[in-house]
Amino acid sequence: MQWWNSIMSWVDDRFPATRMFEDHLSKYYAPKNFNIWYFFGSLSLLVLVNQLVTGIWLTMAYNPSAEGAFDSIEYIMRDVDYGWLIRYLHSTGASAFFLVVYLHMFRGLLYGSYRKPRELVWTLGMFIYFALMIEAFFGYLLPWGQMSYWGAQVIVSLLGALPWIGEDLMLWVRGDYLISGVTLNRFFSLHVVAVPLVLVALVVMHLLALHEVGSNNPDGIDIKSKTDDKGVPLDGVPFHPYYSVHDLVGVVVFLFVFCVIVFFFPDGGGYFLEKPNYEPANPLKTPDHIAPVWYFTPFYSMLRAVPDKLGGVITMAAAIAILFALPWLDKSPVRSIRYKGLLSKLALAVLVVSFVILGYLGTVAPTDIKNLIARICTALYFLYFLLMPFYTRIERAKPVPERVRVSH
Amino acid sequence: MKKGILLITLIISLLFASYLFAGGGYNEHVVSAPVNLQDKVALQRGARLFVNYCYGCHSLKYLRYERLVEDLRLTGEIVRNNLMFTEGKLGDQMRVAMPIESAKQWFGTPVPDLTLEAKLRGSDWLYSYLIGFYVDPKRPWGYNNRVFPDVGMPHVLEGLEKDLGEEAFRVAMGDLTNFLTYAADPVRLKRERIGTYVLVFLVIFMIPVYFLNKEYWKNIN
Repeated sequence: MQWWNSIMSWVDDRFPATRMFEDHLSKYYAPKNFNIWYFFGSLSLLVLVNQLVTGIWLTMAYNPSAEGAFDSIEYIMRDVDYGWLIRYLHSTGASAFFLVVYLHMFRGLLYGSYRKPRELVWTLGMFIYFALMIEAFFGYLLPWGQMSYWGAQVIVSLLGALPWIGEDLMLWVRGDYLISGVTLNRFFSLHVVAVPLVLVALVVMHLLALHEVGSNNPDGIDIKSKTDDKGVPLDGVPFHPYYSVHDLVGVVVFLFVFCVIVFFFPDGGGYFLEKPNYEPANPLKTPDHIAPVWYFTPFYSMLRAVPDKLGGVITMAAAIAILFALPWLDKSPVRSIRYKGLLSKLALAVLVVSFVILGYLGTVAPTDIKNLIARICTALYFLYFLLMPFYTRIERAKPVPERVRVSH
Repeated sequence: MKKGILLITLIISLLFASYLFAGGGYNEHVVSAPVNLQDKVALQRGARLFVNYCYGCHSLKYLRYERLVEDLRLTGEIVRNNLMFTEGKLGDQMRVAMPIESAKQWFGTPVPDLTLEAKLRGSDWLYSYLIGFYVDPKRPWGYNNRVFPDVGMPHVLEGLEKDLGEEAFRVAMGDLTNFLTYAADPVRLKRERIGTYVLVFLVIFMIPVYFLNKEYWKNIN
């Protein structure tokens, strides 16, 4: 190991390699009471890497033109060696990304991970979520199937609802009077270069912000307030090796589920790869039923729940925007749901149930009764946030323990 | 750990529950198709039926002849003599010579390529469509279809249906459906075989990972 030490000391004189390793891994102290919910952060990173790597390989064989896009996907699926594997990893990865990010966000809600001093960790995370939605939207057009095409048509046409600038903005985004090869080319460029750059930068900032303030935990207690004489938190363990080996367990379990889908159910029952996308885009033939992919359906439901188009667009935008304000809406004296009162627990349950119902409703054709349910759920979604300053203040919080509780 | 298993079970069951709601248009005449990709003989019969009855108009433009050699256990010679109508190469894709414009004039609609039809509509739909033709004098070709009302395609399998009789015709259409299911996803058997190895590897890999984690964490608390 002598040679290794001399190499590292040479590098460390010129680049803070060892210091970075220590700051972010071997001397980054994380609370020792992480539970199952804490796997989804590292899993998001894993899926991000999967998307970047498979994306690079897909780009090598994909043809971003209206004439060639659909055929090039089939070329990848059939003629490129293991192209089907790379493509299924990417398409399943998109759904997996949203799944782990939704669970990761829910963890934040559960244990108050957005509370002071972690406001920026949450806000940066929300920017990641927003960038992810943009990325998924651009990527969804690329296979140039019927649903890709008409889904993009619907979403871009939402911009047309904006007063004054709507029509021009729509034209500017599409670069044409309808979604065309021009649109496909620019969406491709944005999908493979612009948004991934932003995403990676945001992820780095999210992690830097987290490591600046330290991780929260299921008890929502500050572990930095109880330290030994070296300043090491008594309830903390170094991220590496403790959580690196711990997260590896989560990674293997995740990969098992992920590979079951990739190898045995790559279409995800029509939810990950929608059936109409096996037909090439046809600008002259509107599908009977246009539905976005499952991860957008809650917001799509909100859009449809409002009778007025502009109103629907504003509602949908507000539903995402309000998430950014969360750190300043929670007035509870405690962070974690474990010590919050009944009202907070009830509110979170109502939020989850209405979000899932909205997600389901977004996949099916609307009816009067379904519209009514969508309206109620949309209202409940917003009430979770808007009433938070009140119910977190009036409820009685339980006393918070001095040290973290560990259940193994 | 228990909670973890519970959560994973929940996620998986949600995924499968969603399977029930997914799918294309619902139609009461859609019945389940006898698909079995392992049955190479049935696939060969399906390929022959396709080439003899469908290939005059419908292409399989993403499928190459040489793929049939590999996947259906045929020889290049058999494919060349029985399934290829042109002087092309085995590496060619299965395209037809019929111009799109003529098809539009003859049938009122362009004839679709069928490579992905089994993915687009589902194998069950395809099978039900093939056995779903019934006599309807109001239609220009004298036939209508139960799962695709007022379809533009004539009942080209009429002669076959009369020759074979109802039961054998259904078996034949099952073979044809089986072949088109294969054509839409030719890599499926290979994918599932590799997938099994991958899952077995992950289960074995889990053992050292689990004990590594346990070893590190035994002294915490």
